[in-house]
Amino acid sequence: MLIQEKPIQLLPETARQTMSGAEMTLRALVAEGVDTIFGYPGGAIIPIYDALYDFKQELNHVLVRHEQGGIHAAQGYARASGKVGVVFATSGPGATNLVTGLADALIDSTPLVCITGQVFAHLLGTDAFQETDIINITTPVTKWNFQVTEASQLPEALAKAFHIARSGRPGPVLIDITKNAQLQQFDFPEYQICHHIRSYRPAPIVRPEYIRQAAELINQAKRPFVLWGQGVTLGRAEAEFRAFIEKSGIPAAWTILGAGALPTSHPLNVGMLGMHGNYGPNVLTNECDVLIAIGMRFDDRVTGRLDKYARQAQVIHLDIDPTEIDKNVAATVPVWGDCKETLPLLTALVEARTHPEWRQRFEQFQAEEVAAVIQDELFPTSDELTMGEVIQQLNELTQGEAIVVTDVGQHQMVACRYARFNHARSNITSGGLGTMGFALPAAIGAKFGRPDRPVVAIIGDGGIQMTIQELGTIMQTGVDVKIIILNNQFLGMVRQWQELFHERRYSFVDIASPDFVTVASGYSIAGKRVSERQELQSSLREMLAHPGSFLLEVMVTKENNIFPMVPQGCSVSEIRLR
Amino acid sequence: MSEHPIDRQEYNITAYTENQIGLLNRIAIIFSRRKINIESLNTSPSEIEGIHRFNIVIHETEDVVRKIAKQIEKQVEVLKVYYNTNQEVIWQEMALYKVPTDVIAEKASVERLLREFGARAVVIRKDYTVFETTGHREETDRLITVLQPYGLIEFVRSARIAIIKHSDGFNRKLREFERTEPGSEVVENEFLNNRDGVFSM
Ligand SMILES: Cc1ncc(C[n+]2csc(CCOP(=O)(O)OP(=O)(O)O)c2C)c(N)n1
Ligand SMILES: [Mg+2]
Repeated sequence: MLIQEKPIQLLPETARQTMSGAEMTLRALVAEGVDTIFGYPGGAIIPIYDALYDFKQELNHVLVRHEQGGIHAAQGYARASGKVGVVFATSGPGATNLVTGLADALIDSTPLVCITGQVFAHLLGTDAFQETDIINITTPVTKWNFQVTEASQLPEALAKAFHIARSGRPGPVLIDITKNAQLQQFDFPEYQICHHIRSYRPAPIVRPEYIRQAAELINQAKRPFVLWGQGVTLGRAEAEFRAFIEKSGIPAAWTILGAGALPTSHPLNVGMLGMHGNYGPNVLTNECDVLIAIGMRFDDRVTGRLDKYARQAQVIHLDIDPTEIDKNVAATVPVWGDCKETLPLLTALVEARTHPEWRQRFEQFQAEEVAAVIQDELFPTSDELTMGEVIQQLNELTQGEAIVVTDVGQHQMVACRYARFNHARSNITSGGLGTMGFALPAAIGAKFGRPDRPVVAIIGDGGIQMTIQELGTIMQTGVDVKIIILNNQFLGMVRQWQELFHERRYSFVDIASPDFVTVASGYSIAGKRVSERQELQSSLREMLAHPGSFLLEVMVTKENNIFPMVPQGCSVSEIRLR
Repeated sequence: MSEHPIDRQEYNITAYTENQIGLLNRIAIIFSRRKINIESLNTSPSEIEGIHRFNIVIHETEDVVRKIAKQIEKQVEVLKVYYNTNQEVIWQEMALYKVPTDVIAEKASVERLLREFGARAVVIRKDYTVFETTGHREETDRLITVLQPYGLIEFVRSARIAIIKHSDGFNRKLREFERTEPGSEVVENEFLNNRDGVFSM
C-alpha cells in the first residue's frame, strides 16, 4: 500500500530476524529518532514494557503518575523540541485517560504517537477485562488511529503513524496493539521509514498565481496587517517569516500559540490578538485594508464576533491545511501551502516598505493601553501583588530566554500578554482546548525536550490541583522545572466572568488549596511562599538559581480582572480597557 | 455565510477512499458532529480494485457542503471528494415492495400499474410477491402510495448511488496520487481551484 523508499537498516548484521511485536515496536521508535517516552504500564502493555527493560540505553522512559500527565508531558516535549512526542498507556482506563491530551494535541496541532495496549485479539468485543474500544473513542480526537492485531502489521502501522503525526499539519496519532500482537514472534524485515501514503497529501504544491495575487494586494495596501499563528513555528519558518515582515515592513500580531516566532522586542511585533490581546491589534483589525493571516485559524477567541470581523479588509490566508481556508473568514487569496515555501516566494515579490504612519497607529493604541492597564498591572502601587508584576520580574531575570509553560485561566492570559520571548517554542500553553492541568506535566515534558533551556511553569491555584500528582514524576526523575503558582484563591477566570456578566454571583469558584509548599516538600521539592513585594524578586532569583525543581507560590490579589477584554459576542473593535 | 434554509438543497457527496476499517466512522462523525442528518449513505467498490466509493446525500447549503467535503478529504485514508447537485449526477435508488399475491392475481389494474412504474417481479410465491423498481425518490415513493390500497406488506428502499456526469473516472487521478512526488499538473484541491468568482484562473 505504501510506496516506501530509503529503507534504513537498524541492525544491519541482524536484519531479517525473528522477534516479538513488542521488541519490534521499540526498534521502530529508535529508528524514528525517539529518545524519550512518557508512559504508565498495565496488563495489556506488559510485553512492551518487558521489551523496554532491554532498551534502557536507547530509550528514556519517564514513568508519570497519571496517563493524562503522560500525554501532556509528551505534548510539552514535542512543542519544546519540535520532535514527535511518544506515550505508552495500557488498555481500558490507561487509554481513556489519554483522551483529553489527544483532543488538546489535535486542536493545537501537536505531533504525538500514542501506543496503547489492548486485550488479546480473540477477546475483542467480549467486554474483556480492561477492554475499551479506544479506536472509536479516539477517532474524533486523533489525526489518525489504527488497531494492530497481528505483529506483521506493526512495521507499516508505526511507520505511517510517525509520518502522519509529523507531516502536514501535525497532530496526534494512536496505535492500539493487542497483546497477542505484542507477544507474537515474527520475521521482521528491515524497518522502513514512511515518506508517502497515496491517500494523504501533507505538502501541497504551491500555486504561483496565488503568490502573485497576494503580492499584488500587499504592494497596493495602505494599511496591511499580519496575523501569525503557530503555523510559522510548525513549519520551522521563523527566519522566512522574519524576512517577510522586515522587507514588507508590515506590523504583525500573534495568536497565543504563535508567540515567540518573532521576538517580543522586534519593532514590527505589535502584540497579542484576541479576547485578552492588545488594544491596537484588536481595534486595527477592523481598520486594516489587507489582512495577511499566516499559519493561524481564526479561532473565535481571536476573531470575536465574526460578522463584524475585518469586513473592510481583503484577506490573504497562508495555511497548510486547506480546511482552514474559508472556514471562518473568507479568503480573497488562499495561499495553500507550507509557509516555509510560500513565505520566501512572497517575500521575493513584495516591495520594501516601512508604513510609518500606519505603524504609528499601533503605537498610539499601545500608549493608551499602557496608561489604562499595563502600568498598573506590571508596576502596581497597591499593597497586594499582581500576576503581571510576577511575570515582569521574571522577565527581568530570564531576559526572555526561558520556556514558559502556562496552565489555563487568568494567569495564562497574564503570562501570554507579558512574558517576553526571544525564541520560538518558548510559550507552551493549551490554546485551543484550554485544558486546566496542562502546565505541570507539559513543563516536565518541555524540560526533557529541551534540557538546555530553563523551563518555568506558571500555574493557577485551581489548575495545579488537576495534575498535582506529577510532582511525583519530578521527584523520581529529578527533572528541573521551576513552578510558579499564582494563587488568587479563586478559579479566577470563571470568577471574572461571573463578576462581569453574572452580577457577581460567585458560584463555586472559591477554591480551597492545600499548603502547596508543604505538598512540594512531601515530594522532596524545594519551595517557598511569598506575598510581599520586597521578597518577590529575591524569591524568583532563589527559585531560578536553585539546582533542581522549585515551587514558588505567590499570593496575588484575589479579585483582579484581565483587561483588555473583547466580551463574548462583541466585535474586536469593541474591546474594553476596563 | 448567513445563508437561509431556502438555499439548502440535496447534494451528492462522492468520496474515493482506501478500504479501511474505521473510516466509515471517521466520515460519519464529520456529519453527526455538526448535527447534519445523512439522508442516504452507500459504500461500494469503485471502478478500481481496492478503492472504495462512498455516496452520501445530505440536504444542506453549498457553504456547509463545501466545508464538509474538505473535512472528509482531509482524512488520511480519503483520496478525493466531490460534491454535486442532483442535476450534475445520474442517480438511482432501488426499492422492493412485498404485496399479497392473491390481490395482484385478482386485480388486473395492479399489473398495469406495475408495468407503468417499470416494476419487475423478483419473487412470486403463493402468499406474496416481491416487486423491484429503480428510479428517483419520487418514483419509488409514488409506487408506495399506489400499492398501499392493495395491502402493501413490506417496503424497503436502498441508499442512493450516483455517477457524476462530467467525471472521467478515478484511474488517472489515482496514478497521480501514487506518485511519490506529485507533478505540477496535479489538481490537489478542487475547492481552492474552483472558488466561484473570487478567483479567476
Ligand atoms: C479541565 C478544565 N475544567 C474547567 C475549565 C474552565 N476554567 C477555565 S479557567 C478556570 C479557572 C482556573 O482557575 P485557576 O487555575 O486558579 O487560574 P486563574 O484563572 O485563577 O488564574 C476554569 C475553571 C477548564 N478550562 N479546564
Ligand atoms: Mg486561581
